[in-house]
Amino acid sequence: MSAAPILAAFRQAFAEAWAGGAGALLPLGFLGGAAVLVPLGIGSDTQTLKAVGPGIIWVALALSSLVTLERIFQADAEDGTLDLWLQTGAPMAAIAAAKTLAHWLAAGLPLALASPLLALMFQAQASMDLLIHLGFYTLGGLAFFFWGGVGAALSATVRRGGLLISIIALPLYVPTAIFGALAMTGGIGSDGAPMLLAASTLFACAVAPYAMAAALRLAAD
Amino acid sequence: MWSAFANPHKFLKFSAVAAPLFYGAGALCILWGLWQGLWIVPKDEYQGGDIMRVMFIHVPAAWLSMASYSALAVASFVWFIWRHELADIAAKAIAPLGAVWTALCLATGSIWGKPTWGTWWQWDDARMMSVLFLLFLFLGYMALRASMDSRQKAARAGAILAMVGAINVPLIKFSVDLFTSLHQPASVITADGPKMAAVYLTPLLVSGLGHGLLFGGLVMTHMRTEIRQRRIARLTASALEG
Repeated sequence: MSAAPILAAFRQAFAEAWAGGAGALLPLGFLGGAAVLVPLGIGSDTQTLKAVGPGIIWVALALSSLVTLERIFQADAEDGTLDLWLQTGAPMAAIAAAKTLAHWLAAGLPLALASPLLALMFQAQASMDLLIHLGFYTLGGLAFFFWGGVGAALSATVRRGGLLISIIALPLYVPTAIFGALAMTGGIGSDGAPMLLAASTLFACAVAPYAMAAALRLAAD
Repeated sequence: MWSAFANPHKFLKFSAVAAPLFYGAGALCILWGLWQGLWIVPKDEYQGGDIMRVMFIHVPAAWLSMASYSALAVASFVWFIWRHELADIAAKAIAPLGAVWTALCLATGSIWGKPTWGTWWQWDDARMMSVLFLLFLFLGYMALRASMDSRQKAARAGAILAMVGAINVPLIKFSVDLFTSLHQPASVITADGPKMAAVYLTPLLVSGLGHGLLFGGLVMTHMRTEIRQRRIARLTASALEG
């Protein structure tokens, strides 16, 4: 067995995410649009925005993972790429993990990198904390993409699978969302929260690829 | 021993006797529990007076919501490893019933919460959140099964999702507990405790047993229906082939 199919899957997913014109700008546009709607919806009060800002960014990150993941395995199931992967004998879990990772790099990481800017728009104080938060968004986003990937793989053969991914992935997002929010509020009980966030992300990276692999074998049948 | 349970013919014979027994015994237990709960036991002013009588439905529903997700996960696991068709039939039957009892738990909890805590819904309460996410796990499982175009695919996809959900349940529970321990108002923690008087505990346990029996009976009836539907599909297919 060689690593070639895995690298190919990674390159393909990355290229797909960048194709279609706007590349990483598209998820960023989505995030910006969602974030700009919030002050319009809840009013421009400084204290309110400061309070909800981090939460809005978490929600936008979760939503963008759901929106961008809808097609990643669906296209492979339709055009036969999936069957070819299965024939190469490369571990399916590694291929699924490589694809998910590529999508996170193209759609999740840019959002995390843009988070300090958005935080400033939500009236956060400019400080080093924003960079630490950037790290939390990076970690949490990775977990979102891996659990969302399970939903995407399970609904790879389903038309309009996007809505299905949302309901499948939502309960799986809960621990990450909670640990992430706790890590950032920094209140009582949040001492270990960054560690728990990292642990839950590692857990997702360890478990989700095998579930994705099982689901993709099903999609290829 | 497993294979004895996996034989659909034996199951049909067993459940033809067991399901009516479960219904009968379950109805007796639930009715006795309700009669005790609604008329006999004294009301507890500390828990909001007469409204605490909803406990005799609410608490069994909460037990069943958790038990049924565990049963769903076990059935999915058994099907995924040994491919016993009966396990998949059981999983398919358990999911909607589990969702109903979970929704019942949430609804009765809200009704109990409004007069005692002053709110229908409290985001700070760990148990409410856990049960809500359990409901989402059930709904996701049902939606996934419904969207698959063949029975075999529905079984495989459902089993994968149920197992992924089951290994996440402890993590969800832990994170929700951590989240709510920050804001938990003192009035909520005392909602029920181990120091329950026997006068309440006995009807509660009997009522819980009754709900469990009713659930078991309904699962068996659903399974019998599913087995027969599959048989009809098979006979229709062979008749069409002529």
